[in-house]
Order: sequence, then structure tokens, then C-alpha cells
Amino acid sequence: MPVEIPKDSWSGSVRTVTIGATATQGGTRICAITVGGQKALPFMHFEQQFPNRPRVAVEIKDRRPDDWSPLLLQVWGDVMNSPASWARAAEDAGAELLVLALTLLDAKGNRITAAGAVESVKAVLGATGLPLLVWGPGQPDADNEVLLAVAEAAKGERIAMGICEEKNYRTIVAAALANEHLVIPRTAMDVNLAKQINILISDMGLPADRILMDPTTGALGYGMEYGYSVMERLRMAALQGDSMTQLPMIVTPGFEAWKTKEAKVGTGVPAAWGDWEKRAITWETVTAVALIESGADIVVLRHPESVKRVRKTIDELMTVPDLA
Amino acid sequence: MALSGIQIYKLLPQTNCKDCGFPTCLAFAMKLAAKQAELSACPHVSPASKAQLAEASEPPVRLVTLKAGEYEVKAGNEVVMCRHEKTFYNKPGLFVRVRDTEAVADIKKKIAEANAFVVDYVGMKLTLDGFAVEATSGNADQFAAAIKAAREATQRPLILISHDPKVMAAGVGALPNEIPLLYGVDGNNWQAMVELAKQHKAALGIVGKTLDELADLTQKIRDAGVNDLVLDPGTRKLSASLARNTQIRRLALKKNFRPMGYPMIAFPGETDDPADEVVLAAQAIAKYAGFVVLDHFEPEKVYALLVLRANIFTDPQKPIQVQPGVYEINNPKPDSPVLVTTNFSITYFSVANEVEGSGFPAWLVVVDAEGMSVLTSWAAGKFDSERIAKAIKSLNMADKVSRKRLVIPGAVAVLSGELEEELAGWEIRVGPREAVDIPSFFKKAL
Repeated sequence: MPVEIPKDSWSGSVRTVTIGATATQGGTRICAITVGGQKALPFMHFEQQFPNRPRVAVEIKDRRPDDWSPLLLQVWGDVMNSPASWARAAEDAGAELLVLALTLLDAKGNRITAAGAVESVKAVLGATGLPLLVWGPGQPDADNEVLLAVAEAAKGERIAMGICEEKNYRTIVAAALANEHLVIPRTAMDVNLAKQINILISDMGLPADRILMDPTTGALGYGMEYGYSVMERLRMAALQGDSMTQLPMIVTPGFEAWKTKEAKVGTGVPAAWGDWEKRAITWETVTAVALIESGADIVVLRHPESVKRVRKTIDELMTVPDLA
Repeated sequence: MALSGIQIYKLLPQTNCKDCGFPTCLAFAMKLAAKQAELSACPHVSPASKAQLAEASEPPVRLVTLKAGEYEVKAGNEVVMCRHEKTFYNKPGLFVRVRDTEAVADIKKKIAEANAFVVDYVGMKLTLDGFAVEATSGNADQFAAAIKAAREATQRPLILISHDPKVMAAGVGALPNEIPLLYGVDGNNWQAMVELAKQHKAALGIVGKTLDELADLTQKIRDAGVNDLVLDPGTRKLSASLARNTQIRRLALKKNFRPMGYPMIAFPGETDDPADEVVLAAQAIAKYAGFVVLDHFEPEKVYALLVLRANIFTDPQKPIQVQPGVYEINNPKPDSPVLVTTNFSITYFSVANEVEGSGFPAWLVVVDAEGMSVLTSWAAGKFDSERIAKAIKSLNMADKVSRKRLVIPGAVAVLSGELEEELAGWEIRVGPREAVDIPSFFKKAL
């Protein structure tokens, strides 16, 4: 019995966004990475071609973090003491992009300075040729101060800067505008909030192809399904032609998964939870894969083994199947 | 897929005889479409129309139930492609496979271990749903012996795997009074398998390499009188399975294509690299499988998959909530601290489990934040100083404690100033951002 396969046809598509600039483009990156461009729901190869694959970014910090899981401290080891070494190790582990997360206070409790942030960013840019994303320390005044300096220092590199929130986006967007960078807005798992901030940023004159939106997610078991459904809805809205949802999505399964008890704690947990390290990596990997299948264009991860597995998964998902 | 009133009208005699009690055939058709009338009220409708209308009222994905004793595993009855469109209803059954080439003692041991697996997640006890036994040996007696061994080690439903009807007959014969799934039906053996299914009231798992082949088979088997079917489109890789499962679900839901209107089964363990099994299984759970057969029982992976399943199959229109109020943990006394959090169940259970595990007694006040997590409800204005103060006052917490200490979540540290004003006489303490850090907070800060 010949079966006719039903195909969706969509009027809209996701914009393409390019992170990083090579020497010919005015920067020093070895490659630039382009995401987006989809004209169908994730990996529906029988409907459309998918020009750009989802990418794996690795999160590193400007100093050894105080609150990361012992498993992460162990696997990265001493490189965590220097952002440049950490960046190189992340590249060796398979990172396609780097996220440098700046820390508000240094080990002695001193507040981050613009000069200190610029030093960290330059160290990372010098250490690897991967395109770079930079998160501010997450405190509005500090974000404004250090990201402005970072934007100037990294002019030409086409970095992506975050995190823009409704109360705190103007300075970051202005810095991106003046120095030809990208911005990353984040909103709390809501389609309309995501649209709203994209509109506000566009209204400042930043072209939409310089925005990567972070719709926020939860970890597996901690609200992941909310983020999952919001991403499915955002992607459908984009394909239906809603302009302010037609942006590639970046999410942080690494950050979310590694703050769960399942990943952070190895003793005093139920025996049914099984092996700690395998569980933690499974938690990060499963969260990331579910989000990639709901539309993520960039997933930010923390553990090298998860990076390996998620990249392999993306390779398989991007393989056009031979379906008779 | 439900028919519209006009579509139903076309199938009626269109004589307006009023025998059904309605003034016109169209009026009757409209009532039928709204499910406010029964077709049996019309004495003149043709048998052909009757069959067509009955078919249209079937669910687009048939509900298939496997049974053994008091255990049931249901799959099917789904109505949407994405969970946000309504909800996903029947959680896919998670099974673990053994083979009859393994020693009977090993089969028992393996199944008993996995069968005993239970893990607590937000107050729910999560377990595996059953086991699959494969006739790898090709020997009927050996298969029957393996199934008996499995049945001794578990009371949960079984999936029997064989392409040989004689071997399958020996296997299903070992399982009286239950409804297993007989998997391995193909173009060569379907007639014999249909007879077995009828004789034993079993469901059939059909393998087809192409959609055309699968549709042919389901049509024939349905015409032969067996309708509890499960589909295996034969895909074993991530992109192929995703495409195929999506196509089958769409054909069932959007085209009301009966030959594809059945739940699907996935075998994520059939891959070159065992590390891929959990990823393939995760995809199967989120993307439309009704039964998932694993080849390895590893607690950390099964735990993750069961949690994923619970998440994906949570009704998005009803956030899972707990009752607001005061929860007494570890027998709190008047000098124990008062902790406050929201009534989102994941938040509540994360906090309550940590407080309980810490051994420290505490009063846990759960505020009605409309079922949202701390940060989400704070951002939405449902977990502010006013609501927290109101809960503390209405629960008369001041009368329960001698030392008025209130610990708020670290994520809403910003509320501490306002709370000091709203709750005069209370000492407001800022707790950790994450529940996992509560025990160390108790030790260090309280």
C-alpha cells in the first residue's frame, strides 16, 4: 500500500547568525560559526535541507569556581586556575564555541574590575581561535561596567555578550552596536517575554541577525519540560513567520544539570541513583539532547564527556536518513 | 479523527424522516458531531455508512494494553504532536530485554534486580514496567523455559520476541491468563501469528522495513480480526527514528490513516555503541514511542529516563503543585527555624528532601505561588514579601516558635529588607540559592 508522507510546509524560517570573525573579516578567529537558517522543525530532513548544525559551546570561567561539582573540578584539574589554559583544554575536549563566564568576586572577595575582565577575555582570545561568547558577572552594574570594556577590547572579533535582561540590556546592546558584536538576551521560559526583549533590542537599532536568544531551561527533573515546550513553541512561531521569534536559540543545560543534586552529590543519595559520575554525565547529556530536539541551536555544556556524546548525537541527527 | 457535522450528514439517508427524533438529517448530524446523540437512533442508515462512522469515532492512535496480574502497561490514545498543544497521555512502557541463550539463573538474577528497582521522584515511585524475552536460540523449549524463569522473577507484563510462530507458540503457551506483546510479526509469518494472538488474546508487534510494508501488514492483520497492534518501523538510528516516528504519528493524527493508528515500539539498545542507548531511549520517550525495550539495566540511566518520561508526560496545563501550608520536618520545636518556599512540587520536594536528609528539625512554610518555582514566581509577582508575610501570619507561625527566624531562598535575597518591615520581630535570614546546599547551610549558619 503506497503511503503518502505528510509534509509540513512553513512560510517562515529562522535567521542565520554568525559568531566570530576571521582575519579576512577583521578578527583573529580561526573560524566563524553560523547557526540558524532552519525552514522546518528540527531534523525533519524529509522536508527541508538543514544548512547549519546545532553547536556545542563549553563554559569556562575567569577563575576556579567555588561552587562547581567536585566531578568537574577533578576532570578539568589545574587548567581551571587560568582562563587561557582552560580555554585550550576546552578546545581539545571538542568545544566548537567558548563561553567565558566572568565572576563577580575574585578568590579574595574583591569585586571584578573592567581591566581584570578585559585581561581574561584577551587571554582566552589569545589562547584559542574559537569564536567567543562572554557572560557578565550577572549583577547589573558590574555587567554594564565590564562588558562595555570587554566590547571595546574585543572589537572586530564578533563576540556574543550576555546576559541581557529586560531591566538591563541597554548598555550591553549599545556596546555591541558600537563594536560590531552580538548580544544574548535571556527570558524566563515564556514565549511572549522572549519576543518582547527581542523587540526592545531591535528597537535600539541592533539588527536581528546579531541576537542569540536564551529562552532559559531547567535541568532534567527540575522543570526541563517547561523550557522544552517554550522552545518548541518559539520554533513553531518562527516557522509560521513571527519575525521576533526567528532567532537561533542558545540554552545552558550544563549550568542547569550541574547544579542538581543528581550531578553535584555523590554520597548519601539513594542506591537507585546508581554511579555518580555516569549519572551526572547522563543528566547533562539527556537534558542537552532533549533541548536540541526541541530546537536549540547552541547548547552550553560543562563536562568533556558530555561534549563528546552530544557532538556525536548531533552528527547522527544531522545525517540525512535513507528512508525508503 | 472526528468528522464534522457536514461529513456525517453525507453518510446519512438525507430523507428528513424524523424517526431519530430530530427535525432534519442535518440537525441529527450536528448532534452526532457534538456527541450529543447516538447513531443507533437512526433506523435507516446503511451498514457501509455505519462502519465508516464507527471507524471515524475510533481514537487516532489505538490504546493497546499489556496485562499481567495486577500490572498494566498502556500505550496509545495520543492526540497531539507536541505536548503544549494539550498533553501526552500514556507514558511509554520501559522494558528490559533478556535472551533465552542466557542461563536460566542469570535471567532470573538480571530480571529480579531490575524488577526491584524503584526510585522516588517528587513523591512518585518510579519503576520499570516489564521485561522482554527474546528467542535467540530458535528452540521452542528453551524459549518457554526462559519465559518461565522470567515469570518467576517478575509479575510485570512481558514482551515475547521471535519471528518463528512455532517458537512463539511455546512461549505464549507458558503465560496463561495475561496479555503479552508478541513481537516479530512480518510479511512471512503474520497469518500464524494472528492465530496465536486470537487464541491467547495477545497484542502483536509488527516489523516493517518501509511504511508501505507496515501499512500492508496492519491492514491485513486488522482485516483478519486482530486490532491490538504495535508498530516497529525498523529504524535504529537517531535521525531515521525521529523522522519515521514523526511521520507515523502525523499519519495517524493529521490524516486519520488507520494503518498507522497504533503505538510504536523502540529498541534503543540495538546500536554499535552502548553509550548511545540512553540517548536513543530519551529520543524515543520524547518522540512518540509507546514501548521502549532497553538491553542494559543501569540504574543511573534508567533513573534519568524515568524522570525524563515523568517530565515529558506532565500535563502542561496543570503545573504539579503541593498544598500550601506548614510542613513539619524532623519534629520541629519552638526554637527550630522557619523555612519558606513555593508550592511548585519540584521546588517543594527538593527543599523538603534536603531538610529531611540534613536531620535538622524545621518548619517548612509553603506559600501559594500558583505552582511556580522560586525565581519564576518571584518574577511573576506571585512570591513577594507581601505573600510570604501573609502566609506566615495566617499560619500563626509566631505562636508556634519561640525564636522568630525566617529563612528565605537565596534566589530572592532581595526580599529580605521588605520582609523585615512586613514581619516585625522576625529575624530574616537568607538561605542558599539551591536546595542541595541546605544541609551545609544548617551546619554553618543556623
